[in-house]
Amino acid sequence: MIYRETGQFRTSYAADQAIFPIRQDRIGIAVILLIAFVVIPATASQYWLETIMLPFLIYGLAAVGLNLLTGYAGQLSLGTGGFMATGAFAAYKLATAFPELHIVVVLLLAGLITAGVGILFGLPSLRIKGFYLAVATLAAQFFLLWLYNRVPWFTNYSASGVISAPPRAIFGEVYVTGFEAKPLAKYFFVLSAVALLALLAKNMVRLKIGRAWMAIRDMDIAAEIIGIRPLTTKLSAFAISSFYCGIAGALWAFAYTGSVEALAFDINVSFRVLFMIIIGGLGSILGSFLGAGFIVLLPIFLNNALLSLGLAEAVALASHIEFMIMGALIIFFLIVEPHGLNRLWQIGKEKLRRWPFPY
Amino acid sequence: MNEVLATSPGTQTAVARKRDIGEVLLQVDNISLRFGGVQALAQVSFDIRKGEIRAIIGPNGAGKSSMLNVINGFYQPQEGSLIWKGRRLRKMRPHFAAKEGIARTFQNIALFKGMSTLDNIMTGRILKMRASFLEQAFYLGRARREELENRAFVERIIDFLEIQHIRHVPVGKLPYGLQKRVELARALAMEPELLLLDEPMAGMNLEEKEDMVRFILDVNEEYGTTIALIEHDMSVVMDISDRVVVLDYGRVLADGTPDEVRNDPAVIEAYLGVQHD
Amino acid sequence: MDTLYSIFVEPFRQIAEAPLFFFEVLIGGLAAGVMYALVALGFVLIFKASGVFNFAQGAMVLFAALFFVGFIDLGLPIWLSLIITVMVMVALAFAIERVVLRPLVNQAPIILFMATIGITFFLDGFGQTIWGSDVRRLDIGIPEDPIFIGDMLLNSFDLFAAAVCGVLVAGLALFFQYTPTGRALRAVADDHQAALTVGIPLNVIWTIVWTVAGLVGLVAGVLWGAKLGVQFNLALIALKALPVLILGGFTSVPGAIVGGLIIGGGEKVAEVYWGPVIGGAIEDWFAYMLAMVFLLFRPEGLFGEKIIERV
Repeated sequence: MIYRETGQFRTSYAADQAIFPIRQDRIGIAVILLIAFVVIPATASQYWLETIMLPFLIYGLAAVGLNLLTGYAGQLSLGTGGFMATGAFAAYKLATAFPELHIVVVLLLAGLITAGVGILFGLPSLRIKGFYLAVATLAAQFFLLWLYNRVPWFTNYSASGVISAPPRAIFGEVYVTGFEAKPLAKYFFVLSAVALLALLAKNMVRLKIGRAWMAIRDMDIAAEIIGIRPLTTKLSAFAISSFYCGIAGALWAFAYTGSVEALAFDINVSFRVLFMIIIGGLGSILGSFLGAGFIVLLPIFLNNALLSLGLAEAVALASHIEFMIMGALIIFFLIVEPHGLNRLWQIGKEKLRRWPFPY
Repeated sequence: MNEVLATSPGTQTAVARKRDIGEVLLQVDNISLRFGGVQALAQVSFDIRKGEIRAIIGPNGAGKSSMLNVINGFYQPQEGSLIWKGRRLRKMRPHFAAKEGIARTFQNIALFKGMSTLDNIMTGRILKMRASFLEQAFYLGRARREELENRAFVERIIDFLEIQHIRHVPVGKLPYGLQKRVELARALAMEPELLLLDEPMAGMNLEEKEDMVRFILDVNEEYGTTIALIEHDMSVVMDISDRVVVLDYGRVLADGTPDEVRNDPAVIEAYLGVQHD
Repeated sequence: MDTLYSIFVEPFRQIAEAPLFFFEVLIGGLAAGVMYALVALGFVLIFKASGVFNFAQGAMVLFAALFFVGFIDLGLPIWLSLIITVMVMVALAFAIERVVLRPLVNQAPIILFMATIGITFFLDGFGQTIWGSDVRRLDIGIPEDPIFIGDMLLNSFDLFAAAVCGVLVAGLALFFQYTPTGRALRAVADDHQAALTVGIPLNVIWTIVWTVAGLVGLVAGVLWGAKLGVQFNLALIALKALPVLILGGFTSVPGAIVGGLIIGGGEKVAEVYWGPVIGGAIEDWFAYMLAMVFLLFRPEGLFGEKIIERV
């Protein structure tokens, strides 16, 4: 299978403006979806589904969310964890207060609530930029976490501060949350949500709203002068990004861990998601998933490596080394390839396009 | 004007550039602008008429760019006002200016570096698009229709400015002259009534300048777009503009046709210095 | 109604009733504020000289403290541990300049900012890989006896820390004002390009300023470590220097001090008088929210230069 455009003539603007204009890309996406929806469920063990695929998909979704805000609209946020927590707790409150609500509706509403919170904390972005804004988003991170940790109403007055996802089913009897939910059902549920939301994100970034975000990112003054309103554009990025992060947080609590406390979404989660998009590629939907895969697999790989070296007890050591490697990789990627793994993939495609000629 | 036009193929109107110069489109009324203690503009008044090419010239630091920034609402003057199509505006805002059809290029190119040529020009169509973000997310209905219509419109500009070959190239990789052209394309995509060009030919070689002059004249003639431009190249200014306003130290020094301005003693003094015997 | 009363009336009644206690709380907060200011000072130095917003300043505090206490626990005398740690911080500054800053020169500030987040993680991980993550006690003989001034109960440690901070700031001010290196630093802070053209070696300047910031971090780390024990939490507490900077302005040394005092005093008073009403532990976010609200009204900070945007 050689990646080549030769002979593919796009004869209408409709074809040229399609989401994947090149045939091999369409085949590639089809193969990925085939693997995700058929091969993995058929072959993967329960361990793989539950401890690798679920966090990978959910982190990927959060990374898409942050990438919309940071990679496309250029607004650096360190509040991802706070927004994910908002989604998780909003979903919990909704699901317990209105038991008859369908889980999909619960997720959507949780996303909308998070979007509202995102707009609130995005307001300073009108006046401040760059790291000033990053500090303001830290306020979101610390305040929101404190709120869910300290105000008992959010946990329905649970003594431990832990919330447990109530069992909910789709299509009548197929449970996707709670104790009865089968790993496979959870996997399909999360995968469908993530695939759909990723597709929508891909559409948004290549159309008007995405261009407005990128214009603000690249040169806000010029953007203003061609009629893009900075405030509404930035706030739309905050809203949609938070919507994605909120749904990711809700899925984390409901489909992945089943029960969660606010501190599970601490500032390290924010950094982790930021690292995913730096390593995966700022301004790339595919890159968000590449980065998520990398960051999710890194600790597992490290633990196994240390285990094989006979350092079985060194759980703390593994996490310290993980910190070191993540830090070093961030610097490495920022220096060598600021567009991340996604760019390496692009370069690979360019090479394939010309193959067998060197240039 | 004839030397430049004679070397520019494609403009047959060189012989008789007869267009309708209509009523006043924009009146700059007694504008003063200060930054802290620096007086950038002082009681500046002039008008721009529909369909004309209006040049703003003057030495460096005379307030030319500030004037354009006032016109499209980026700077708020402390005194004076703008009268746009007969309406006196309390305050000009960039968004309002864009909606009313005032487009602009910059002295130091202000393209969106992370985007392709095509996407850069498409941003100029943003105000013409109405689809909600949900329609865009699903690429259905209005979003899809708008995208294709505007793509077709942008392609006409791409043809007009002869930049088909760089359609999908990230603008950061383009040479300077082409970047200037893409910036012009983005401004044209807004279908402007008034086009503000801030040194459109700065830093260009002769050939690129000739191309740019041809594009400017074509835009003016074919689309009837009113143009206000800042330029340092006097031969270009004198050749293509209908009227010239000269700024010096933020004040209007002279205002009139190229010939009037050329022979104005105050202008000669400012440009050549006073003769001391 | 009760809630409104307990927010808007009750705290002030308590303050009026026991002003002495209020001042003790306030001074305790100001003492913490001095420590925030020390970390913020490191930020300001680096930001002024290189335009880099160094998120890793907090990590450098922890890193320095870990090495210092680590050497002491190995049985080295305090003075030798101090010398070795100083050498480590110098080496760190060299390494950061060489490995991170030089390859990223001329990149957008936000890229450099993210790189310093990378440095943060690297330092946190590296320090703990070597020295472990247990809390270590650091006792270098700073007096901790309570003392009375009038009727007020104060901690002599806090006074000592404030004095150290004062000496450090004065020293830095003299260094910037009167030494050739200090002049070069100010020139670089004003305009990189211009400084380069008059022959100021940018790389050397950066190394120096990161070294100085590292040493300021060491001082903060030692003081903090002596107070709270050396542990990972130090890096998180040091993050509080960020809101301090926003209050004080990124480029102002006096701003860092005043900002630190406002944040330190403010959060302690808020915690003691308002915390119980709304759930406690509001120290976690008070500083950030204060900074965010402040940003909306005065983005350039108390002492920062006003930014005029030009086209």
